[in-house]
Amino acid sequence: MQDSVKPDGITPSQTVGPFFKYGLTPTGEYSWNDAFTNSTLTPDVSGDRVRIEGRVLDGDGAVVPDAMLEIWQADAQGRYADPQDKRALPNASFRGFARCGTDKDGHYSFDTIKPGVVPDPDGKPQAPHVVLAVFARGMLRHLYTRIYFSDEAGNAADPVLALVPADRRATLTAVREAGKAVYKLDLRLQGDNETVFFDV
Amino acid sequence: MTFIYPTGSNKAHPLPLSPAYKSSIKRAPNKPLIPMRHTLSELTGPVYGHETVREGDSDLTTQHKGEPLGERIIVHGHVRDEDGRGVPDSLVEIWQANACGRYVHVRDQHPAPLDPNFTGAGRTLSDASGYYRFVTIKPGAYPWGNHHNAWRPAHIHLSVFGHSFVSRLVTQMYFPGDPLFPFDPIFNSVPDEKARMRMVSSFDLENTKPEWALCYRFDIVLRGQNATPMETK
Ligand SMILES: [Fe+3]
Repeated sequence: MQDSVKPDGITPSQTVGPFFKYGLTPTGEYSWNDAFTNSTLTPDVSGDRVRIEGRVLDGDGAVVPDAMLEIWQADAQGRYADPQDKRALPNASFRGFARCGTDKDGHYSFDTIKPGVVPDPDGKPQAPHVVLAVFARGMLRHLYTRIYFSDEAGNAADPVLALVPADRRATLTAVREAGKAVYKLDLRLQGDNETVFFDV
Repeated sequence: MTFIYPTGSNKAHPLPLSPAYKSSIKRAPNKPLIPMRHTLSELTGPVYGHETVREGDSDLTTQHKGEPLGERIIVHGHVRDEDGRGVPDSLVEIWQANACGRYVHVRDQHPAPLDPNFTGAGRTLSDASGYYRFVTIKPGAYPWGNHHNAWRPAHIHLSVFGHSFVSRLVTQMYFPGDPLFPFDPIFNSVPDEKARMRMVSSFDLENTKPEWALCYRFDIVLRGQNATPMETK
């Protein structure tokens, strides 16, 4: 077997294409079962339940009806459900991952909890945020960004937001609807107010 | 202790804008990506176990009453990192067209027949050594509207979770010797030829099952946790 060969490099990315839905996000429309939904909520999860929603738009401002979004986040205590986060055990069944395909109007939504504060590599606090990966036909590799929350005072001192020019930070900040636990954020793949994507 | 994923390995990926692939023109960012240090948010990732995969999910030929039409094949290999270490317990999801080059997706307009015995979706978990295996049908080439007489080389779409959110990979596995390679802008969006050829499976006679199915080997290489882990506080 070829078990111990050091590879020349990584396998390159290719687009998710237009036809991923029946395999990755069937959501009852196809016979295949869902491994993931657009919710991270588990019955035992603690924290503030929130909905994050918006649209995905292309360089012409047209809606993108065939994008797939994935989120990854810490629990309300700021702990990731991953053995590499050794600080404490997370909520027993909280996974912190969800997946959503956009609908015909380019809409997405996630039901989740507001994540807690996670330290950066220097131990400085990062403001509550959700990591987001964006996949679509036309995107040869997925893009990484983050979603911050408009009502968090910690945003002003967040070390990652600080890397972003001030006039572009709004593209990363989901805005809380008055009186509701709903945050709105449109993702613009290109053009004016293009969403900030990170090179990670 | 935390691991550093060198960003240099990302050079193997296609550039976001690849004008020959028309859909990329309005969907690729115009502004440069902003570099950042990896934090715990990037270095951790979802961990899924056997509860995510049902018995039989890795055999796409037994999901319906009858057997699908087409050439039965075995696709197997290892999920590894750049340093050659097997990536255990990694969720691998696949989706593909049927033997005629038709997807069950409602928006696929290719006038080729659907197969009532083939959905074309599967998933499995790599084992302790990173090994994974699917049984499926060899997908057909299919036309698409990118340019005159555009046909995609036969391919299987794959989605792989590594051990961190930044090792996430969605790619396509191709078949050796496909005559459509030189004409496909998606395949050729990978600038480096050696990297491009890492998306092509190899014919595996040794594991071909006599009287039953041809076998193809496809090793999936994810970003590596650098050989020298960095100590942090
Ligand atoms: Fe395809």
